[in-house]
Amino acid sequence: MGVNDLSVEGKYDDEVLNKNFILTSIDNVLGWARSNSLWPLSSGLACCSMEMMAAAAARFDLSRFGYEVFRPSPRQADLLIVAGTLTWKMAEPLKRLYEQMPEPKYVIAMGSCASAGGPFADSYSVVPGVGEILPVDVYIPGCPPRPEALIHGMLELKRKIQNSKLGG
Amino acid sequence: MSKQMLSSELMVGLQEKYLQDVAMIGDGFQQALLVNSQCLLPVMNTVKKDFLYQFDMLSNLTAVDYVEYFEVVYHLYSLSLGQALTVKSRCSKVDPQLSSVIGCWPSAEFQEREVYDLLGIHFVGHPDLRRILMPEDFPYHPLRKDYTFTPRKEKG
Repeated sequence: MGVNDLSVEGKYDDEVLNKNFILTSIDNVLGWARSNSLWPLSSGLACCSMEMMAAAAARFDLSRFGYEVFRPSPRQADLLIVAGTLTWKMAEPLKRLYEQMPEPKYVIAMGSCASAGGPFADSYSVVPGVGEILPVDVYIPGCPPRPEALIHGMLELKRKIQNSKLGG
Repeated sequence: MSKQMLSSELMVGLQEKYLQDVAMIGDGFQQALLVNSQCLLPVMNTVKKDFLYQFDMLSNLTAVDYVEYFEVVYHLYSLSLGQALTVKSRCSKVDPQLSSVIGCWPSAEFQEREVYDLLGIHFVGHPDLRRILMPEDFPYHPLRKDYTFTPRKEKG
């Protein structure tokens, strides 16, 4: 029986569904799995990290979305939330943390400082946006962004992961 | 614990001991002991170890960029006697050097590194005078008045 034979397609679907099979693509499965269980690295640089902690705590409860597993080691994390002002002195260690994370990995720039340097954009010591040194997936505006904004940003990242293609 | 400035009798005592190498400037809580940079270490040793002074804590070490000189400021405190003292010492802007006071107060290590990093004052006798806040390869001393910063991106 040919799979492409349109006349028997309905019959074929019923057969596999009865045996608890679902036909889909690898892209969809991996996107679904990755996007529903992001493990952020617990790394806070400045005041934005307070909002990040609030987002993970009881009132805002990030775990509703499956994202509560903040990891203390970059080897176990797949999401780097850059929460706060990044200085050039700290840029090297942060880059190293990012390089230590296993693929696939994602970066969220949380707040004005991480997005574009914030009020310190013209300073001699502050990186004008972490986009200068890392590939950023989602930018969250705010100074600092409220926990709801961080959750919104992570849901945007979820959408992005679900719609990505393998190798892309 | 009350914090009061060193009594003027004790200030005069220091003045008499070191004569032209120290001077009293300011008054009240602004009062400070201006020490000749050549004489800094002996004076610091005295105010730390002498029974009358016992300044066992260096609570702050910083520096100021004036037009003609750099001035390093030491805020000392005596935990046992409850008295405070401000010591200042000046060094030239051409080749700024001053003795390190790590021998008296080990806590001076990081603070002298910070002053070196931001103002470029070399503390002679410091065991590990490296930059502490700025990246190692940063070419300037950013808190100097003659330092001008040009932003990497000009904003539209």
